[in-house]
Amino acid sequence: MAVDEGLKIELGKQGVFVTTIEELYNWGRRSSIWPMQFGLACCAIEMIATTMARYDLARFGAEVFRPSPRQADLMIISGTVTKKMAPQVVRLYNQMAEPRYVIAMGACAISGGPFKQGYNVLKGIDRYIPVDVHIPGCPPRPEALLQAFMTLQKKIDGQPLTGPDRPRFLDAEAQGEFPVPVQGEHDLEPTSNPGVWTVPVVIR
Amino acid sequence: MEEIKAAIEAAVPGAGVEIVVNPSVSGQHSLRLRPGDSVSGAVAVAKFLRDDPELALDFLSNVTGVDWPDKEIAEKVKVTRTVTKTVEGVEQAVEETVEETRKRVEPGCLEAVYHLFSVAKGHGPVVLRIKTENRTDQVELPSLTPVWRSAEFQEREIFDLYGIVFTGHPDLRRLLMWEGFKDHPMRRDYVEPDDFEYEPTAHDEVLKRAMAHQAKQKAAETVAGAADAGAGAEGTGVGA
Amino acid sequence: MREGWNRPPVMKPDGEGELLEVAMGPHHPSTHGVFRMDVALDGERVIRLKPVFGYLHRNHEKIAEGMSYLGSMPFTDRLDYLCPLTNNWAYALAVEKLTGQEVPERAEYLRVILGELTRVQNHASSIGFLIQEMGASGTPLMYAFKAREKILDLFEELTGARMMCNYMRFGGCRVDASAAWLDATRKVVAGLPGFVDEFERLLRTNEILMARTQGVGILRPELAVNAGVTGPMLRASGVNYDIRKVGGYGVYNRFKFRVPLGDHWDVYDRYMIRMLEMRESIKILEQALKDIPGGPVMDAKAKLRGFRPKPGEAYGRIESPKGELGFYLISDGGPNPYRYRVRPPSLINLTILEDMCLGQNVADVVLIFGSVDIILGEVDR
Repeated sequence: MAVDEGLKIELGKQGVFVTTIEELYNWGRRSSIWPMQFGLACCAIEMIATTMARYDLARFGAEVFRPSPRQADLMIISGTVTKKMAPQVVRLYNQMAEPRYVIAMGACAISGGPFKQGYNVLKGIDRYIPVDVHIPGCPPRPEALLQAFMTLQKKIDGQPLTGPDRPRFLDAEAQGEFPVPVQGEHDLEPTSNPGVWTVPVVIR
Repeated sequence: MEEIKAAIEAAVPGAGVEIVVNPSVSGQHSLRLRPGDSVSGAVAVAKFLRDDPELALDFLSNVTGVDWPDKEIAEKVKVTRTVTKTVEGVEQAVEETVEETRKRVEPGCLEAVYHLFSVAKGHGPVVLRIKTENRTDQVELPSLTPVWRSAEFQEREIFDLYGIVFTGHPDLRRLLMWEGFKDHPMRRDYVEPDDFEYEPTAHDEVLKRAMAHQAKQKAAETVAGAADAGAGAEGTGVGA
Repeated sequence: MREGWNRPPVMKPDGEGELLEVAMGPHHPSTHGVFRMDVALDGERVIRLKPVFGYLHRNHEKIAEGMSYLGSMPFTDRLDYLCPLTNNWAYALAVEKLTGQEVPERAEYLRVILGELTRVQNHASSIGFLIQEMGASGTPLMYAFKAREKILDLFEELTGARMMCNYMRFGGCRVDASAAWLDATRKVVAGLPGFVDEFERLLRTNEILMARTQGVGILRPELAVNAGVTGPMLRASGVNYDIRKVGGYGVYNRFKFRVPLGDHWDVYDRYMIRMLEMRESIKILEQALKDIPGGPVMDAKAKLRGFRPKPGEAYGRIESPKGELGFYLISDGGPNPYRYRVRPPSLINLTILEDMCLGQNVADVVLIFGSVDIILGEVDR
């Protein structure tokens, strides 16, 4: 139930603050996204640069990097995910408490990037876990990471708490654990999680 | 180079050393220890190079594997042979020179290359090479880790990526790939797993691979589809 | 570790009691990226430590062998991603050795300037990371990154990218530096001694820093040489070996600078050597910026595309901020290198990690590991 904007402003002038549970709840969540302290490759250095004084990620309520997945809301996949690392990434994601979000930072996390042809490189982390925001770039500039934070905040703001579009953590039926791939004799098994990722057909 | 070779031969009796000339402008020629040298032979040469006061090659900088696959060499050979020909109605033995392409397979090998420097004297590099007998079953080489510790991880990496087994290595396990991985990915004939399902901006090599992957999947689907259709037809047959 | 639960316990060497096995990593707040150490502990004491690599193995060498010589240049940026320009330099140097190309003088000076700027920012950041691992969350790292951002701005202005510069070419550099850029660099370099003083004042007499680092993680010089340790690590163990002095590459013989050496061989020495090397780098920068000659930055005969070196091989190495960075190339006369090998200083400097950590407290492992100063992109390639 949304309140009329004009009425809200009018009431605000009279010293009455009106809001909805949904707005208040989402405002609280989006203003304190704590990322996990988790760097993979080159992009991690840009992620650190973003938290430093010049770019100041603290403005977005996200300066507290938590070393433990249990205390983190956001996983920034900052760099190349190799096939040796992929099971650990999925396991860390499973250990995070809901609500949880994922930013795929950089070309490697999205698709393997420049290292796509490598035998040990996973061609995109979205094969195993759902990704909320993708940032292109190799590496993305700190400004791009800030943009991704703002995009994520917008996404959180728009989440309804009830109804069929409600987020995963309010849906008792939704999948919570994601299967961890196994390192086989030649490759990861399975090579993707069909529940998360289906093969798009784009080959020209 | 000749001096080092002579010094090695004088110090380690029975050590076979040959000079491999590097035709490049870098002028970094190398010494090859004879394949089939016993383990103690190569280690003895290495110890001499490290401890000799003149050479004092105390710093092993770089250890590399190189894969030289079996090469099929096509050679054109002129062969003279006698051919029976009918010339003007009469059968004659005529000698003819024919150019023939003969193929022979030059057996490949795996090679370990060691770059040595001297911290004490500041000279280098001296390049050592050792070859294996072949690429399949006789891939043992003596480990130089007991002489230079810096070879420890690099020899493990070569074992992992090339499959050279270093005898005498204290802890020979895979370094980069996971335990249980079966292949040696840096070898020239390694086939990568086919995971090119989705190529947003495919071009050149990647496009070829993606196309091949798609064709393979389509073939698999049609086979499965045909089996389904067959089963369906059978079902109707039974119903009728 | 799937099978880990059913494994028999690791017993103490004397057979009395169990050891505690801890897997530090691959996700661990103090490992500079994805690195794992399998540690066996007796109480707080480290009894065994086995590093596990490969979590960032991106197949750089395999990819480079399927690519033209020039095509690998941007990939070298991503090896040691804190110092892309020295990686470029080492690779360009190896190819120049393979083909015998000459580098114009101005390009050599530009390479020295960029290489030393890279060294300053790398050492500052690595000290920042080291102190952060000691528990000083943020502050020293923020000081380091303040200086680093200024240097990155210079890189961006010259090469077009903050981190992945892709600047050097075989036979020179990609673009010339403008007079304005050189002036801006002079300005930044003039500010660097002040930054180092401030940074040192912040840290040097800090009680906690001294208590935690002095006498910890001792590396004996004989072992360091035998294990192939290079760079500030080796010099902190008191061995005078700097490839800028002995390797004879670039124009380093024209500059006056000293090589600082440690005499206690511990973590504090490694920290202090990096501080002193920053000062020496600033000296080199001042001299190079004063003497930089005019002229072209690319050899006129240099060919970048359709580039086929004669068959042969070459090993080129430089003193990168981490140690000896070498590239070993074998050409078979084709457009791609037949064998392309990176000699990673970070990987080889870790050979003695176990020797330094044995008998130390587990909390010090993090510090000793930090003092090695590694970048995982280079360790695993």
